Amino acid sequence: MSTAVATPPPPAGAPLTKKILTADHPTWCPGCGDFAVLASFYRVLEKLQYPHEKIVTFAGIGCSSRFPYFVNTHGGHFIHGRALPFAAGISLGGDDLHVFVFGGDGDGFSIGGNHLTHTARKNVRITYVIMDNSVYGLTKKQTSPTSPIGFKSKTDPWGALDQPINPMRTLLNSGATFVARSHATQVNHMTEMMLRAARHDGFSVVEILSECVEFFEGAFDAAVPRKGGNWVLIDEKKNDGSAEDAARHDVTDEVAAFQLAGLGWPGKFGVFYENKTRRTKNAIEAELIAKTREKTKGATDLALLQATFAKLR
Amino acid sequence: MVSPNTPESPGGASASAAPRSIKDVVIRLAGNSQDGIQAIGGFLARLAGRSDQDVMTYMTIPSTISGGPSIFQVRMGTGDILSAGDRADLLVAFYQHSYDAHIGSLRPGGVLLYDADHVKPAEGDHRFTNVACPITTGTIEAVGGTAKDKGKNIYVLGLIARIFDLEVPKLTQLIRERFGGKNEDIVRNALLAFDAGYAWPQNNLRDLFYRFEAIDRATAVSGKTQVTLDGNSAIAYGFLAAGVRHGAGYPITPWSSIMEILRTELPKYGGVFVQCEDEIASISTALGFSYTGNVAITGSAGPGLSLKMEALSWATMAEMPIVVVNVQRGGPSTGMPTNVEQSDLMQAIYGSHGDTPRVVLAPKNVEDCFYLAIEAVRIARAYSTPVLLLTDQALSSRIEAFDEPDLKALMVAPGPDRTERPADFKPYPLDRQTRHAPAGTRIASGKYPVVTGLEHDEFGHPTGSPKLHSQMNAKRREKIKALAATLPPPELGGDASGEALIVTWGSNYGPAREALERIRAAGVAAGHLHIRHVHPLPPGLEEILGRYRKVIVAELNDEGVYGFGQFTTLLRARYALPSIVSICKTDGLTFKVSELVAGVARHLGNATLESLVSQARPSPLAAR
Ligand SMILES: Cc1ncc(C[n+]2csc(CCOP(=O)(O)OP(=O)(O)O)c2C)c(N)n1
Ligand code: SF4
Ligand SMILES: [Mg+2]
Repeated sequence: MSTAVATPPPPAGAPLTKKILTADHPTWCPGCGDFAVLASFYRVLEKLQYPHEKIVTFAGIGCSSRFPYFVNTHGGHFIHGRALPFAAGISLGGDDLHVFVFGGDGDGFSIGGNHLTHTARKNVRITYVIMDNSVYGLTKKQTSPTSPIGFKSKTDPWGALDQPINPMRTLLNSGATFVARSHATQVNHMTEMMLRAARHDGFSVVEILSECVEFFEGAFDAAVPRKGGNWVLIDEKKNDGSAEDAARHDVTDEVAAFQLAGLGWPGKFGVFYENKTRRTKNAIEAELIAKTREKTKGATDLALLQATFAKLR
Repeated sequence: MVSPNTPESPGGASASAAPRSIKDVVIRLAGNSQDGIQAIGGFLARLAGRSDQDVMTYMTIPSTISGGPSIFQVRMGTGDILSAGDRADLLVAFYQHSYDAHIGSLRPGGVLLYDADHVKPAEGDHRFTNVACPITTGTIEAVGGTAKDKGKNIYVLGLIARIFDLEVPKLTQLIRERFGGKNEDIVRNALLAFDAGYAWPQNNLRDLFYRFEAIDRATAVSGKTQVTLDGNSAIAYGFLAAGVRHGAGYPITPWSSIMEILRTELPKYGGVFVQCEDEIASISTALGFSYTGNVAITGSAGPGLSLKMEALSWATMAEMPIVVVNVQRGGPSTGMPTNVEQSDLMQAIYGSHGDTPRVVLAPKNVEDCFYLAIEAVRIARAYSTPVLLLTDQALSSRIEAFDEPDLKALMVAPGPDRTERPADFKPYPLDRQTRHAPAGTRIASGKYPVVTGLEHDEFGHPTGSPKLHSQMNAKRREKIKALAATLPPPELGGDASGEALIVTWGSNYGPAREALERIRAAGVAAGHLHIRHVHPLPPGLEEILGRYRKVIVAELNDEGVYGFGQFTTLLRARYALPSIVSICKTDGLTFKVSELVAGVARHLGNATLESLVSQARPSPLAAR
């Protein structure tokens, strides 16, 4: 049983540190890429310094989805693939909350694929981190929707046969207003991407290639210089008027983002797309409420329902 | 004119006979869905609500998108109206197909009023009083040629108003309320159609004028203002009264109107209703709302309820309050989507994986839809548990009048309790009721809780401990048992012991009460027990069931492989009484009183009672 109450509480208003934010010891296999994602997330929260009680971490099911147990914030562990609609309820039910969702490639792109599309198109204010290991980790090595053709899994012992999805294209297409890509071996980059995602007002997604050392070793070596791979960052437009800036990537340019998404493996890393103009569902619903209440002149709940019943007489 | 009631000199004599007194009447309007016959029913129901009459309606809607045959049945009368009536006393047939399909529902001696422009009744059928009325041409003449036959419904309303001596000022007031706000022409045309319909019987019917018996005010009228609405609206308004400000759903007949009302109403109350991509997302979003301390609702009909089952299990495990409405319709699968059935009971109670003790409530009539919606939310909050509100297609569209609720006394303030929780806060204490700290709440210890679907310790952290799993299962079970112990005894009518106890749940309440009276009138000692809290069951049932030779459970589902309906099966398992038997049917319609009397007669082996059913009861409208 947890010894949660034994440790002395931090003084009220104390800055959030990794120590305060640490909860259960992660149950991941030694060497799992997810450890680095967790370490980066602590750094993100240290930088953001949100009020402790306003942070919520939620997840579906999978190795990666165990994340909320390891972060000492309000949070929870829902069912496989459905964390996003749950998080939409949190975000729309508590507009002052900072909602983070963590999950795997199977959780997000397979069983939860439809929810991803719809949460994205509605632009609910949520930050979503997909820890993509291109395999089903928790269930021990079945083909995932991002497994490359030829990957030998227990469900495709001869090597995966089906075309994998392209996560960046999928995310862009569904209407996510912030789409970034990172790699678990690049802690600083990961931290920066998650930080920017958290600060984005809308549905923001960071896909992090996070190696499953147990079931898909070396999956992302092609982007790890140490292993002979290429780590290529997206050169973002600085809007400095310089000649070389013209060739840089404009994160507000959807077509350019799709082009980046179409690059061959391992592709580039960084922010693919950012749309600061589309309004969030949070804002749209708040406005609907404000406008409606203007019409009812701020009548009390009792008066409103009484008026409804009066019409039924 | 083929009417035997045509005056000797057409157009000349006026209605001579004084109106005959009747206690109640069943009017069936049969036409197409675009004829606005539901509107006639609505007007009559609301008129009754504003008068001394009681009323109940019954409607079938076609499952096709527009058009198609549709009926609306209204029963109105003096005293308690418990069911929509087995058979009609007055059939208004708009078309030949309406006549063909519904003439069989008319009681002997009843009145067939048909549109002479469209219907040709069978020759030589003298069972009924046939009245040929040129409804279509009459309407066109009244409203003017361009309006085509729009307004026929209001013309017919005028006819009915004259025949049954209804309160014209109140009806015209209702017409103004309904069409006012729109174009003035529409109100004028509606009133012209009404007047034309109202005038027709005066010149064309010799007899056939009725008046409802005067009511014994002291006993029959509560003196309270009546409201008239359908069951789905009552549920939606019940949620508003209960302080529900959040919900999510996906459309499906017959649940959709609840979500439509809430989507429209909630912004006024500062709330949010989300239309989701499917039923799984809907319950997930609703649970997310509940997690922020805003107890939320979702709902669906059978197929959608199946999709919610995994998340419902999570709600039991995580002890998250939520109310799930299920408007039952004919199943399995898409089944009979616009017909009534009570075949989702097992799904509601046991449909999820794992041991998932949860609460299932079933409203008995439209008024009860309102009050049980409030009760469902109260239980969900108090016991931090999922609660299913199991209603059905018949209740969803039925219009009834009932006492206006005392909203002042009922309103519950919404809103999460974010007061800081003490250092010893645990989300899942073994010795106490779970009370979640909504996201956004400070915890004095600085240790924040996780809500989870994994078996967990008291702090919400995963455990593989067999002992804790047993203890937590017990915790989740015991709180439902604690709720059961607080439940009021169910309503028992009729004799306290005897030959037969009719047991019902859900919308079968009314017909069963009426059946009980007929059975007792035939000299059989019988009772009727109606159960609103279907799971967990209220205490004390064992003793009640034991007082009758036969316990006859009437439910709208199949008798199953072993010959017992779903609720019957549960009662047999729970009380182990061989006396418990079923009356089951799945014809997509509510129970007729006669079907229940016949079922009881069969189970009792009572031939006298059985013969009672086969005796045709003539219509009160029958010529003397
Ligand atoms: C409804 C349902 N179906 C299947 C499972 C089994 N399951 C658990 S996690 C998982 C896939 C995990 O893969 P991924 O989402 O990529 O996460 P990872 O473990 O790789 O981090 C599956 C199939 C489940 N828990 N629930
Ligand atoms: S199985 Fe793979 S993904 Fe899961 S913890 Fe181990 S290394 Fe990580
Ligand atoms: Mg995976």
